[in-house]
Amino acid sequence: MKVLRPIIAVSLLILVGGVLGLSQGTQMLVGVILPSIAFLVFIVGFIRKVLDWSKSPVPFKIPTTCGQAKSLDFIKADRFDCPDSKSDVIVRMFLEVFLFRSLFRNTKAEMHDGPKITYGANLWLWLFGILFHYSFLTVVIRHMRLFTEPVLPGLGFLEFMDGFVQIGAPVLYQSDLIFLGCVVALFVRRLISPQVKYISLGSDYFPLLLIFAIGATGMLMRHYFRVDVVAIKQLTMGMVTLNWTNPGNIHPVFFIHVVLVSTLMMYFPFSKLMHMGGIFFSPTRNMANNSRAVRYINPWNDPNIKPHSYAGYEDEFREFMVDADIPVDKPLPPKAAEPEEAKED
Amino acid sequence: MYDKVKVFIGLAIFVVAALSIVGYNMSVGDKDGFRTDGKPGPEKPAGHEKCVKETAYMQTSHMVLLNKWRDEVIREGKRELVETVGGEMVEKSLQNGCLSCHVSKIKFCDRCHEYANVKPYCWDCHLAPVETPASKEAH
Repeated sequence: MKVLRPIIAVSLLILVGGVLGLSQGTQMLVGVILPSIAFLVFIVGFIRKVLDWSKSPVPFKIPTTCGQAKSLDFIKADRFDCPDSKSDVIVRMFLEVFLFRSLFRNTKAEMHDGPKITYGANLWLWLFGILFHYSFLTVVIRHMRLFTEPVLPGLGFLEFMDGFVQIGAPVLYQSDLIFLGCVVALFVRRLISPQVKYISLGSDYFPLLLIFAIGATGMLMRHYFRVDVVAIKQLTMGMVTLNWTNPGNIHPVFFIHVVLVSTLMMYFPFSKLMHMGGIFFSPTRNMANNSRAVRYINPWNDPNIKPHSYAGYEDEFREFMVDADIPVDKPLPPKAAEPEEAKED
Repeated sequence: MYDKVKVFIGLAIFVVAALSIVGYNMSVGDKDGFRTDGKPGPEKPAGHEKCVKETAYMQTSHMVLLNKWRDEVIREGKRELVETVGGEMVEKSLQNGCLSCHVSKIKFCDRCHEYANVKPYCWDCHLAPVETPASKEAH
């Protein structure tokens, strides 16, 4: 079972965080030093990966064309599914990055009696995906209250909106529930659909389990263990301003949370999670389908090999072509020395 | 390297976004000195030693207790007095109970709440105590 190893890995991380979070001595290690290193690994790893990608040539123009290309004036072109210009590509990328449009376009083919095949919209992946990403973003922004002093303006409003239903004290955030619900849904999707299960690897399960554990420990901290937020903010503020301090009396579950988040940050640049940067490097999305209008030059081309047009080719081989009875655009110039030979043709 | 300009713009946005929090903390300065002494320091009430529960519990879970009191008093009409850890009897009430010892909202409640960016909705219904000019200045 490919899902077993990720489960073991996340369990071990929880164990490590819990054990090291118990004693005052190792709390600094997992609560401050580890996340600082993880953050650096995240930033440097991310940049290195992006630079590596930027060095990879794209030999051919390969946009996915999902609609009618620009053609004759009376044929309606599908601008954003088959972009023709840079501005169309920008719109397409915007819709992709912010609205996950290619997942929205997902259809499912089904066979019915007849036999008859039907195609229907299949939006579950899009729905859970987009809710997951935006609630994750909300959660990350909300956490900035622990890293800024005085607290960033606007965070109070965000928290108010997020806790709008005012359930319990401390209030329940909608984004927490949606976040965890979507992670579960995305995980279950990989288990119940045979096709998706077949192509799922440990590296697909691991981030989902890790992120679930992060969300779960976060909610436990807020609603079950009710850790001392003031003490935690003293620790996190000390971390970001490099005045490292451990106020003590922080519940071990906080350190589990931090170990898991640090793992996520360090794992990020080396995994599928790099789709955060990779989406911008997708040639199938970021190129315009205009190779008939604008010549695309393969970066692999040897600059010493000059383009060879047909006219040039004919100039080079005209004599042999005429000899072999191949039709030529431009006839051979009449040759004064051998006029009878030319007449034979 | 291909598309140098675009890649560097993208990376610059990424790095600035990632490091903006550090820059923000440096640029705003150390308001109230929280960052150096690291404690928002709510003011302890004079003449009262113990609250209705132990300090550690009150620090993390007072909101649960207040929520419970709210339900008991408003919805079930249970208005009996509560005994503090020190043996005093206090009213089960925010304004007549808690605030009878913790006289200043600004010097007590707000200290930690502002630090942790918590905006409890107590004061949607309750009237906040009138603070004297001196207490406002001290804040």
